[in-house]
Amino acid sequence: MESGFGSDFGGCGGGKLDPGLIMEQRMTDKCFRKCIGKPGGALDNSEQKCIAMCMDRYMDAWNTVSRAYNSRLQRERANM
Amino acid sequence: MDGSAPGLGAADPQLQRFIEVETQKQRFQQLVHQMTELCWEKCMDKPGPKLDSRAETCFVNCVERFIDTSQFILNRLEQTQKSKSAFSESLSD
Repeated sequence: MESGFGSDFGGCGGGKLDPGLIMEQRMTDKCFRKCIGKPGGALDNSEQKCIAMCMDRYMDAWNTVSRAYNSRLQRERANM
Repeated sequence: MDGSAPGLGAADPQLQRFIEVETQKQRFQQLVHQMTELCWEKCMDKPGPKLDSRAETCFVNCVERFIDTSQFILNRLEQTQKSKSAFSESLSD
């Protein structure tokens, strides 16, 4: 795994620090902000759909950031 | 472990190496979490069925600029400390 530990957060091969928990907290925060307007008596269908999409997009974002960061690190190392 | 060596992995370079790598991985993940959170605020409007290319580009730029910012700050702080020998004294905290 020396070539970079920035691999995608799909199967989570190195789950030693339980990134799932941090992920869950951030997703809840971000997706609540994006998807819930005035809180009603329950989560309606559109809100649930939004949250589901939001979770997937957050994952995509995480993977994009991870790859970009990894690339930058490798570039920096190459320039040393 | 029956080694009398003080400190973790002091007698075992392999273990030490393992710890280094794991620590690095952890730092990497922490930063990814941090940057994802920050860049989400800057790059994401309403979550859609997929990450469009504009948002994706924004995330990539965001990572690069974040690291640039971090380096800029480090460099400038370093310079400030060098040029002002009384710098640490002037920090009244």
